[in-house]
Amino acid sequence: MNLSRRLLIGIPYLWLLVLFLIPFLIVLKISLSDYDISIPPYSPKFDLSAGWEGIKDYLGSLDFENYAFLADDPLYYTAYLSSLKIAAISTFLTLLVGFPIAYGMASAPEEWRPSLMMLVILPFWTSFLIRVYAWMGILSNEGLLNQFLIWTGLISDPLVILNTITAVYIGIVYTYLPFMILPIYATLEKLDGSLLEAAEDLGCTRISAFWLVTLPLAKPGIIAGCFLVFIPALGEFVIPSLLGGSDTLMIGKVLWEEFFSNRDWTVASAVAIILLLILVVPIILFQRNEQKQREAAK
Amino acid sequence: MKTTTILTAALLAATSATAQEVRVYNWSDYIDESLLEKFEAETGLKLIYDVFDSNELLETKMLAGSSGYDIVVPTGTFLQRQIQAGAFQKLDDSQLPNKDNLWDVIQERTEKYDPDNAYSINYMWGTTGIGVNSGKVAEVLGEDAPIDSLALVFDPANMEKLADCGVYFLDAPTEMIPAALAYLGEDPDAQDAETIAKAEPVLSAVKPYVRKYHSSEYINALANGEICVAFGWSGDILQARDRAVEADNGVEILYHAPVEGALMWFDQMAIPVDAPNPEGAHAFLNFIMDAENMAAASNYVYYANGNKASQEFLAEDVIGDPAIYPDEETLQNLYTQTPYGPKVQRTVTRMWTKVKSGT
Repeated sequence: MNLSRRLLIGIPYLWLLVLFLIPFLIVLKISLSDYDISIPPYSPKFDLSAGWEGIKDYLGSLDFENYAFLADDPLYYTAYLSSLKIAAISTFLTLLVGFPIAYGMASAPEEWRPSLMMLVILPFWTSFLIRVYAWMGILSNEGLLNQFLIWTGLISDPLVILNTITAVYIGIVYTYLPFMILPIYATLEKLDGSLLEAAEDLGCTRISAFWLVTLPLAKPGIIAGCFLVFIPALGEFVIPSLLGGSDTLMIGKVLWEEFFSNRDWTVASAVAIILLLILVVPIILFQRNEQKQREAAK
Repeated sequence: MKTTTILTAALLAATSATAQEVRVYNWSDYIDESLLEKFEAETGLKLIYDVFDSNELLETKMLAGSSGYDIVVPTGTFLQRQIQAGAFQKLDDSQLPNKDNLWDVIQERTEKYDPDNAYSINYMWGTTGIGVNSGKVAEVLGEDAPIDSLALVFDPANMEKLADCGVYFLDAPTEMIPAALAYLGEDPDAQDAETIAKAEPVLSAVKPYVRKYHSSEYINALANGEICVAFGWSGDILQARDRAVEADNGVEILYHAPVEGALMWFDQMAIPVDAPNPEGAHAFLNFIMDAENMAAASNYVYYANGNKASQEFLAEDVIGDPAIYPDEETLQNLYTQTPYGPKVQRTVTRMWTKVKSGT
C-alpha cells in the first residue's frame, strides 16, 4: 500500500480518534470518579506530575459506584425506556409522513425535483430553536391552531396540546422529517422504472408491485432514514423541554438535571455512557446481521 | 515578513481588545439597559452583557472553569458553594470607593454566604412569593381568596379550581421545597432528609393543577393574562404587573410575600478567579454601587437593592412599595436559606423529578 492511500484511509480513523474516542474516554474517566466541591467538580483529577506511581494510584481510585447507583434508582431505567419509546414512536411517525413525500418527489417530473429538494431543505435556513419556538406559538392554548379550530367551529374549548407528549411528537416529526425524506428519496430516485414495468407485465397490480418491488429496494434508504431520526431523537433535550410537559420523562432531561441541578458530573457521565451503549450495541448487531445476509446472498 | 507583521498586528489588536472589554453575566430582565451604555461612555471600556435564567446553569459554567466572564451574579446559596470550590477572587476594596454606599442591614445577612463579604457585593435582593391576576382569582375563588397565603398554591382544593385558569411554579426545588415546608409549619431551612421528605406530598398533591414549572416564562404569562397565579420571584411578578399596566389590557397583578414566611434571597456580584479583566470588573462593580446608578436599576426592575445611599433616588412606587421594601414586620417574617450539601442536594433534585414526572 502506498503512502497516499494510507493517508487517505487514515483520515477517517484520525477523525474517529480525535472526535469520538478521546472524548469518550474522558467521559468514561469522569464517570468512574467521585463528586467533589472543586473546579472541575470531581476527584481524583488526572495529574501527570506524580509520575507512573501517580497514574497507578489514580487508576486504583476509580470505581463503578456511579453505575451501581444508576441501577438502584428506578428513575434512570424508566427514563431510558420512556426515551426509547418516544424515539421509536416518533421514528415510525416520521416514516409515515416522510415516505409518501419522498415517493412523491421521486415520481415528480425531473425538472421539478431540484425545487422540491430545495423546499425540503429550506427550513434549515432558520435556526432550529426559533422553529421550535414557533411551534409553541402555534400549539399554545391561545395559539394559531386553536384560534383557527375555534373559528371554524370544530371545537369550542381550546385543545391542550402544548406541554403534552403530543407536542413532543409533533416537534420531533417536524424537526427530523428532512433526515427521513432525503435518504429515502435518494434510493427511490435511483430505482429502475423498468423493474416496475416488468412486475406489471408479469401480472402484478400496481399496489402489489409497490410492496414487492419498490419497498424492498427502498429498504436501505428507509433504514438510513430511521437511524438518522431515531438516534438524535433518543437523546433529544430541547424539544421535550420546550414543548413537553413536566411529566415528559426523557433521558436527555435527566442528564441535564444530573449535570446542572445536582452538579454531579460523574453520574451525568455514567448516564451518557449507558445511553451510548444502548445505541451502539443494537447498531453493531444490526450491521453484523446485514453483513451475514449479504454473504449468504453471495 | 509582511505576513508576520500583519499577524503580530492582529495579535496585538486582539490582546488589547480583551484588555478593554468587560464581560458581565447577569440574570435575564435584571438591569436598566441604558446603564450599560452609560458605563461604556464613562469608562471607555467595552461591555459585553450576557444573561442566564438559572443558578444551575451559571454554577456549571463556574465549576467548569474559564468561563471568560469578569462579573457573574449567583444567588447567595450558590455563591457560598462556589467560593468553597475556589471559583472567585477576593475583592480589592481600594478599587471600590463606592463600597461605603452599601446597606448594613443587607450586608449582615449576606455574611451567611460570604463571610466578611470578601468576595461579593449585593446587587439586588427580594423574596419568593405569590403573584396573582386579582380579577381572575376573585372570579374563581371569590373576593376573599387567600392571595397572601401559601394555602392558595398548596391547598389542593384551591389549586383544583385555579388549574383551568393557569398556575405556574418556579422550576427550582431550592425555592419550592422550603415554601412547602413553611406551609406545613416546619423549618423551611431544614437540612435533614427526613424533614425535607415531608415537602413531597404537599408538592405532589398540587402537581396535577400546575400548568408549567418554569423560572422565567411566568412574567409574560402573567402580564398577558394567560395564567392567573405564579409562584415566583418578587421583582419578576412586579415586572409582570408593570407590563400589564403598560399594555393596558385590563390585567391587574398583585404580589404578596406569603404570611407563613417567605424566602429572602440575595443576588451577589462576584469576580471569577480567572476573570480576563479583573480591573474592568472592579470598575463595573464600582459603577453599579454608585447611588444613582443602583437606584436606576432598581427603579427599572422593581427589586430592592443592598445600597443604602441609592434609597434617596428610588422612585416612590419602589421604595414605598412593601412588596419590594418590606416593612419591619414582614422583614421579621422572612427566612434565609443555607445551601444544601451534595447528598441532600441529590435528595432534593430527585424529589423534584419525582414531583414533576411521577417517577
